[in-house]
Amino acid sequence: MVTIRFFAVLKKLLDRDSMHLQLTGPTTLKTLIDRIESEIPSIRSVIREGRTLIAVNQEIAQDETVVSDGDEVAFLPPFAGGQH
Amino acid sequence: MVPKETGSILEWIRIQEEDFSVEEETNRIKERSKRIGGIVTFLGTARDFSKGKDINRIDFEYYPGMAEKKLNEIRERALQDYDIIEVSILHRVGRIETGENIVLILVAAEHRKDAFRACEWCIDELKRITPIWKREETTQGEVWVVEHP
Repeated sequence: MVTIRFFAVLKKLLDRDSMHLQLTGPTTLKTLIDRIESEIPSIRSVIREGRTLIAVNQEIAQDETVVSDGDEVAFLPPFAGGQH
Repeated sequence: MVPKETGSILEWIRIQEEDFSVEEETNRIKERSKRIGGIVTFLGTARDFSKGKDINRIDFEYYPGMAEKKLNEIRERALQDYDIIEVSILHRVGRIETGENIVLILVAAEHRKDAFRACEWCIDELKRITPIWKREETTQGEVWVVEHP
């Protein structure tokens, strides 16, 4: 099972702070987001428009990053200090 | 797998709800080495006015584990890149009233020049890479803040 966490403004926008997905095997972050999209249709626009970073196991990840069972994926809106 | 949270075991990195004493923290870093000839302090506090709005209070949210890890990375890089002896970084989270302390960075060195440079680099880097979010409750509603450096 993969734990997906949403922080700060995303919690309010998506009306949840976490969700869980079962994986049949390792997958890419991109594929995982496709699966999240079936539950949260707005997820990609939230990522794009909100300049959201995604961390896998607390490291900033890319589309190709591999996600496996037991991993934690976190959606991080821009930090208090700005940038991203 | 998710790394274990490291915040509580790191001696020079802390994220906590309660306030801190600048004097106590300064004394603590001073005891680190007799070679210390200067300590540069950055203390960030909660202002009551931002972008034209009065602020009633601020809430800081963070990503436990990752935030401590990033602060520790900042400390280690500063120790590597500047001629300094020690760095201490302390950040408060949760509800903070205006006027209260938010963040404290102490950089101890033999000489002041690198301590000043390292301290400025640390606070800039903290704001850039640490997953900490600030929500201001203003007279005109709630705002998630993204500041410029």
